[in-house]
Amino acid sequence: MDLKAALFNYTLRLGDTNLILGQRLSEWTGHGPFLEEDLALTNIALDITGAAKSFLEYAASIEGKGRTEDDLAYFRNDRQFFNVKLTELPNGDYAKTIVRQAFIDCFDFYFYQELSKSKDETLAGIAQKSIKEVTYHLRHSSSWVERFGDGTDESHTRAQDAVNELWQFTAELFEMNEVDELLIKEGIAVDLNIVKTKWDKHIEELLNKSTLTKPENVFMQTGSRKGIHTEYLGYILAEMQALPRMYPNAKW
Amino acid sequence: MSDNQGPVWEIFLQKKAGQPFVHCGSLHAFDKEMALQNARDLYTRRNEGCAIWAVPANAIVASSPEDIGPFFEPANDKVYRHPTFYQIPDAIGHM
Repeated sequence: MDLKAALFNYTLRLGDTNLILGQRLSEWTGHGPFLEEDLALTNIALDITGAAKSFLEYAASIEGKGRTEDDLAYFRNDRQFFNVKLTELPNGDYAKTIVRQAFIDCFDFYFYQELSKSKDETLAGIAQKSIKEVTYHLRHSSSWVERFGDGTDESHTRAQDAVNELWQFTAELFEMNEVDELLIKEGIAVDLNIVKTKWDKHIEELLNKSTLTKPENVFMQTGSRKGIHTEYLGYILAEMQALPRMYPNAKW
Repeated sequence: MSDNQGPVWEIFLQKKAGQPFVHCGSLHAFDKEMALQNARDLYTRRNEGCAIWAVPANAIVASSPEDIGPFFEPANDKVYRHPTFYQIPDAIGHM
């Protein structure tokens, strides 16, 4: 694999993870638990979709084949997507959405801090811009994890169920392959072991504070780095891509 | 959506440091942190200010419409309470 192919794949990964999460979170728009929280989550979905746009725009320019960010978002199939599986899982109840969000916000919080030091100026720039947004996202999701965990019996049970169910998908966040190896040598990619150490500590403290228990000895999911996904991704893509595929080059 | 949206908070924004906090609206929230976060999402997405106050609406003591007479109208026939008899030098400009 050459450097260009590695950088393209790396940037797609970041773009796809944000795109699919943004799409998932948008499903809550108009259905949030109450008006203010509906707006908060919609704002967060918008930030995340904005980051997806920046990454995919850059991926398209790295590829240099005349494709745009829209082509990448709407005209690839599921096996060509490299988002982590955590992002494509159904939203479930609000506790599940929030726990997933806390896991990802915490990852992004430390990941973007590292990526902002990348020798690739575009990636560093997107990371720099995202840090402020993600700092707020993490504050929002963490405060809800605490409220659910330390709230009523029912909210505690739902939050703990979400932690138990989602835990198996967290290892994928930190997986590295030959793409990472090549780009870390060039000072472009982030060494995810650094992020993992910080994430583990942060999440353990958050769960403790929220009277939630960290699952132990869990089978960990893998595959997204190779484009292997859960059954849910196909349905998201079908919904997200239907319009542009039915009316290519539609303008609105 | 739930029927229970939490108590109402009144939100005040400060445009720049040193300026007064101005009421900009209200929202629902179940605790202080949520009130601040919701205020951020509802009222500060377009760079409107630099600081937020969130006040539980039930902590505000308000006058009622019947109070207009005793509270405000006695000033009407006492023009000397208004500093309108001073000549303001041009150099000072708008006050």
